Amino acid sequence: MLEVNDIHASYGQVKVLFGASLSVQAGEILCLMGRNGAGKSTILKSIMGQLPVQQGSVTLDGENLNTIAPHLVPRKGVGYIPQGRRLFSELTVAQNIEVGLMTRNEGAETRAWVLDLFPRLQERLDQVAGTLSGGEQQMLATARALCLRPKVLLLDEPTEGLQPSMIALIRDVVVKMKSEGYAIVLVEQRIDAVLSIADRVTFIENGKDRETVAATELQNDTAKLNKYLGV
Amino acid sequence: MDFGPHLMLASLEGAVISAILVLTAMGLSIVFGVMRVVNVAHGEFFMLGAVFAWVVTTTLGGHPAIGFLAALITVPILVGCIAAGADRLILKRVNYDPDRTIVATIGILYIIQQTTLMTYGPEARPVEAPFNTRLSLPWFEFGENGFEIFWPWGLSITSYKLFVIVAAIVVLTTLWLVLTRTKIGLIMRATQQDSDTAQAFGIPVGKVYSWVFGLGAGLAALGAVLVVPIQQAHYLMGGDPLLLAFIVVIIGGLGSLPGTVIAALLIGMSDGIISVFFSPTLAKIIATFLVAMVLVFRPQGLLGKSVA
Repeated sequence: MLEVNDIHASYGQVKVLFGASLSVQAGEILCLMGRNGAGKSTILKSIMGQLPVQQGSVTLDGENLNTIAPHLVPRKGVGYIPQGRRLFSELTVAQNIEVGLMTRNEGAETRAWVLDLFPRLQERLDQVAGTLSGGEQQMLATARALCLRPKVLLLDEPTEGLQPSMIALIRDVVVKMKSEGYAIVLVEQRIDAVLSIADRVTFIENGKDRETVAATELQNDTAKLNKYLGV
Repeated sequence: MDFGPHLMLASLEGAVISAILVLTAMGLSIVFGVMRVVNVAHGEFFMLGAVFAWVVTTTLGGHPAIGFLAALITVPILVGCIAAGADRLILKRVNYDPDRTIVATIGILYIIQQTTLMTYGPEARPVEAPFNTRLSLPWFEFGENGFEIFWPWGLSITSYKLFVIVAAIVVLTTLWLVLTRTKIGLIMRATQQDSDTAQAFGIPVGKVYSWVFGLGAGLAALGAVLVVPIQQAHYLMGGDPLLLAFIVVIIGGLGSLPGTVIAALLIGMSDGIISVFFSPTLAKIIATFLVAMVLVFRPQGLLGKSVA
């Protein structure tokens, strides 16, 4: 469904991606793992068009994403949950959701569906997003991305700094989205979180993908985790 | 005239100054708030508004009200389009880099100013007010006969000046409603808070910037159309509004719209009152002194948020 082919990208003069590739199918969770600074988040930003792709291609169902204007990428059905959540912190919960709904002209039905997934948000619709707790903010960031009814969901370290109950909740939603046929790309540091939900793992090192393996393969064999993550 | 009526007269003058100032400063504040661009050319968009108002009214001729109404509608849109064009052509090309946009807008300032000098010329030209009835205002006193209302000589305001005050209130209310109640406002505020993320949710940030820059210039132009029957159109008239708008925006807090309104009232009223009782120069001195004090003791402005 989503194919990233040999992309190169840089922040100004500093080149970060040197030919990274990945692919993810509908109903699959692909996890990107690698050390800090390996380029995991940069791959997601490049998919969103926030960094121009200098070489290579990003396609969704065969349609090129790297040649269209960045604001059109989400309209094709890519939901993005950025690192650090990046909510519109002075807007209310309802307004954050509204921005998500506007992306692909989704209506009341999608809104109800999303609020049903996160009942906590329903109670706090008029609260300013910046005053929510960390876990609630993550729920809102996830809800906002789901408002697109995306084909592909990109999650950048969704469990960072959350308490275990929240991590479990986010995890459940991700698994549920998978079962509903979404393609999911997950950047995650916590190995246990990855191994329990991912289907495949792509290891990223120095801006390139090194190896893609089935998650089950890693459960018994820690050599690769050792090699790419140093744990 | 006694002190009471005199103060009332000064306050009304101050209210007119505030009304124009609040529109101009609001434009500057919105542009900074959403785009993080310090628009040094803002005063020139104000001047363009006044000059175009003269062009439109003299071209149309007829009753002053017809030309004025036409100017009130077309001029802000025209100036807004010019500004949006400048945004596309120049600011976008320098990637909205904070330092380079300042230099770029200084360039825009001189281009607009000198082009106006070459075409419109150095004269100051008046625009006739659409209506200008002098309205006497009452004052009261407690004399020998108890409470009394009388009309002191010289205590009056023109109907046009009242219209300016009302028009500014109407425009501000509309702007506030648009910003807080509509999708356009939501898009603007989302872009203001996090432009990358706004883009990741399908908001065409580049287009929003052009619209916002146009809106900011349009507000300045609207203020100028309103002021031109009181003050004449001249190619150098953009300097004072720019300085005052910056003073207002700094005191109110950069990007804070309620702060801008409060500061515009404060500066406009004090300008009016001090100018009447003492001298206009003292009014400017005090306003500039206030800015210095705000910068020392509350750098984020009255209602601004401190940058973490």
